[in-house]
Amino acid sequence: MFRSTGNRAPGLRRERQLRSGCLAAVLLGTAALCGCTDKPWNNPHPPPPDERVTYYSVMSPAPPKHLDPAISYASDESLYLMQIYEPPMGYHFLKRPYELQPAALASPPQVTLLDAAGQALPDDALDAAFSRYTLRLRQDLHYQPHPAFARDAGGAPLYLFDSAEAGAKFHQIPDFPRVGDRPVHANDYVYAIKRLADPLNGSPMLGFMSHYIVGMTAFSEQLAALPRDGWLNLDDYPMAGLEVVDAHTLTITIMGRYPQFVYWLAMHFFSPIAPEVDRFYHNPGFADRNLTLDWWPVGSGPYMMVRNDPNSEIVLERNPNYHSDYYPTEGAPGDREAGLLQDAGKPIPFVERAVFSLEKEVLPLWTKFLQGYYDRSGEVHGNTTGVFDQAFVVGPDGVALSDDLADHHITMSPDVKPGIYYYGFNMRDPVVGGYSEDRRKLRRALQIAFDTEEYLNIFYKGNGIAAQNLIPPGIPGHLEGAAGINPYTHDWVDGEAVRQPIEVARQLLAEAGYPNGRDARTGEPLKIFIDVQSQAIGNTSMNWMDRIFSQIGVQVEFRPADWNRTREKLLTGNTQIYSHGWLADYPDPENFLFLLYGPESPLLCECDGANNSNYDNPEYDELFRQVRVLPPGEQRAALVARMVELYRRDAVWMFAYYPKDIYLNNSWVHNTKRHGISKDTLKYLRLDTRERERRQIQWNQPVTWPLYAGAAVLLVTLLPGVLAYRRRQNATARQEHV
Amino acid sequence: MFAYIVRRLLYAIPILVGVNLLTFLLFFVVNSPDDMAVSQLGEKYVTPAAIQAWKEKNGYDKPLFVNAQAAGAATLTDTIFFTKSVRLFAFDFGRSESGRDITTDVSTRMWPSLAVALPTFAVGIWVNICVALMVVMFHATRLDRWAVFGFVALMSISYLFYIIGGQYLVAKSWKLVPISGFHGGAQAWKFLLLPVLVGVVAGIGSGARWYRTLFLEEANQDYVRTARAKGASEISILFGHILPNALIPILTGVVVLIPSLFMGSLLIESFFGIPGLGSYMLDAIRSQDFAIVRSMVFIGSILYIVGLILTDISYTWADPRIRLN
Repeated sequence: MFRSTGNRAPGLRRERQLRSGCLAAVLLGTAALCGCTDKPWNNPHPPPPDERVTYYSVMSPAPPKHLDPAISYASDESLYLMQIYEPPMGYHFLKRPYELQPAALASPPQVTLLDAAGQALPDDALDAAFSRYTLRLRQDLHYQPHPAFARDAGGAPLYLFDSAEAGAKFHQIPDFPRVGDRPVHANDYVYAIKRLADPLNGSPMLGFMSHYIVGMTAFSEQLAALPRDGWLNLDDYPMAGLEVVDAHTLTITIMGRYPQFVYWLAMHFFSPIAPEVDRFYHNPGFADRNLTLDWWPVGSGPYMMVRNDPNSEIVLERNPNYHSDYYPTEGAPGDREAGLLQDAGKPIPFVERAVFSLEKEVLPLWTKFLQGYYDRSGEVHGNTTGVFDQAFVVGPDGVALSDDLADHHITMSPDVKPGIYYYGFNMRDPVVGGYSEDRRKLRRALQIAFDTEEYLNIFYKGNGIAAQNLIPPGIPGHLEGAAGINPYTHDWVDGEAVRQPIEVARQLLAEAGYPNGRDARTGEPLKIFIDVQSQAIGNTSMNWMDRIFSQIGVQVEFRPADWNRTREKLLTGNTQIYSHGWLADYPDPENFLFLLYGPESPLLCECDGANNSNYDNPEYDELFRQVRVLPPGEQRAALVARMVELYRRDAVWMFAYYPKDIYLNNSWVHNTKRHGISKDTLKYLRLDTRERERRQIQWNQPVTWPLYAGAAVLLVTLLPGVLAYRRRQNATARQEHV
Repeated sequence: MFAYIVRRLLYAIPILVGVNLLTFLLFFVVNSPDDMAVSQLGEKYVTPAAIQAWKEKNGYDKPLFVNAQAAGAATLTDTIFFTKSVRLFAFDFGRSESGRDITTDVSTRMWPSLAVALPTFAVGIWVNICVALMVVMFHATRLDRWAVFGFVALMSISYLFYIIGGQYLVAKSWKLVPISGFHGGAQAWKFLLLPVLVGVVAGIGSGARWYRTLFLEEANQDYVRTARAKGASEISILFGHILPNALIPILTGVVVLIPSLFMGSLLIESFFGIPGLGSYMLDAIRSQDFAIVRSMVFIGSILYIVGLILTDISYTWADPRIRLN
């Protein structure tokens, strides 16, 4: 009989060591996790460096690509730029319809109309050759502290290097030990406009603004012809349409009349850029370490960027040099009742630090918001679509918060975006295009059959408003109520717009030459082709559309493609029905009416024009030209109404809706009204940080029993194994083989 | 061995050229330089002039492979393929299409990737080996059968389920750790616990089942019977005899992965918000950033080749009879 005792002592010792190790690890882990505090374990934010009021939010779903105000043209980038830069004009935070107001300017721009010889014309002259905008800046504008402004004892810039090696130790802006600042000069605005014209920057505004700002094209061509090596001081090259009058006054001269130019002055493209900042970022080797104006913006707005890690988070802090600014004392009807004027007249900004963390997936974002670690559910998007069923209930009064969210005292901020998404007809298409009455009837039949309201309810959970007009709510030219409906597709019944019955669609189709959806001449079924962007549509919505059109006997074929292929089709007119969308640059009807302006047709302009329907109506075009130059008023409103009527009569789009988004705010966040156009609203937010801390502790107490249960399960699982092992080790050879 | 390594490194050159060519072809089959320009410039006011300016600025205004307008060698060298590829071999990755320096980004982002991948890899292997050896110890018992059933069940579950399930239970319901995010320094551990746990658990099924098969083959060898007859303990037999003898196939599958740990994990990094190279690659594909895709594929190829060479070298360590000629 053999007993396997040869190496028993070392084996047992190892076993004991293993067990003690496991026990120690479990105890240590538990102790480390438990700590001796009621502070949550799952707080994803590191402790703030000081007691200043910190706002936590998300950048989602991707970090910004560009933060250079001359290059950036995306709303998620605008979120940061508009906190850091201060353009000449801005928007009133609360008033609706949207209202422009001076931001960096001391007063609204003064517009002088000029004839071709440069002589002043009366204010109502419609045939002006030029318009000169005189901008008078506030006296208290001041840049944020930044190393580009730092100077040595002799007054020379401190951080200008001759070689990449000399500045190699600086990897991020906070690495520079010394900073400086200076007041904003009128020339900085001129310099910024020159940067738009510099072909090296590739600004999206160059092509568009060249049509307006005098001398911009020539300036751009002049720079393109220059040999470039390193920084080019744009101050050395004058642009005809720009003039610095004094330290706080400049003029911009544009061609003809373009009243909408004032809206462009509210965009970040026209924010000041200090030449020394541009010079600083052209230091040798800086671009290789991502030390560029595209990543480290420098402005005079309420906040400054102190951390930019596009892989993780962007941190803004209050600009200590920001001028005095106050919360508005007036608002739109209902704002006072909603508590939005409680802070009227108080100095802003309230938030002193803002942390935007990268969140690519909905579940973590949503969970952190519910745990109280994000103050709001989103900035550029509400991020509630993916969790709609958890967040909301749809009742007779529309969308309301679910019980869980209501218990958290979360508030909703619905936002109808100043934009429009639509499926348009190609008016040059031989089947659905054209301007004859039977073609209009065919298109109207399709319009009536496409139940936009049902489509929005099913696929967008009601987060959209069926469009009766191509101008969205909040913008002059959009009418509510009976006066605002499209009489060709809807009736006003019992105080609401009701889609005309499907029989009307069938009748229109028959009158168009397609009784029961078949061509009266050939007997062939009518088949329509819809080009869709593959990422933006699913099988269920395609099936739904198939079913909708089958009601009138029309067959549908979808042609999904990515955006690039869709764009190619639009540029060549190789489409019948296409999907598209437009978000406004500024709240003026002109910014929507131009979507059907004839010369904007890609086939006519041989460019990336906005009139993808290739709509060609001389009356519409003439009206548009008048609307573009007229100031707001009754005359302009009448012209806009006529253009809307033409759009409805000619049935240019199959269906359209205004996108709606719901943003959620935790109970400690105040002044959360959404502004559809402007993103510079962070300065108005107010937080109750004590309430936040209390709620975070209340909502995030760790559930520790799974740890103990896990340890117990592990023991229970291991124990039989250990016992069996011991039995085997102690077994005799005979017993082993029995 | 030195000559062998040099030879393998020389073999790597045509492989890298081939991989680069393939990446280039695949990318430009579905994207044209114009598409890339539109993607980078946005959707508004994208004029042909702006597209042309972007292409000139970023070096995409040349023909793809053959420049018919050039003379001599420039026919091949004055092309997008040549100008973009040659720099890679000098490890000059250039700028991304949005203007960021790729080398800086890669060197910054590889650390979070490693912070997740390394513990997942190390703990995963240790756990898999221990579990597999335990199962082998109880071979042909009820425990063994249930263990195999468990392994197959674990293998059959989607990786996404582990991620979302882990996040739901551990972070959302039990609130033990943050659900996602990453911060360096002393805070890092609490962000790493869950992704590492998920990575380890998700890998147990396939890993332990494979190792069990390898160990079982060794467990029936004569030397094991001899060791047992000499009175060696089971632990000593498992860790001292079976494991070293089963190392060759384990090393084949494991060592090759070690250099690739720098590249991170696409899913784990994306869902847990880890700012590593996996999510870097994913973002680049989404935004049609060819410069990043090209560089990452190139780095991945190099690391894989290094991994294969390391695997060969590790054989000599595991089995002294093996010589690299």
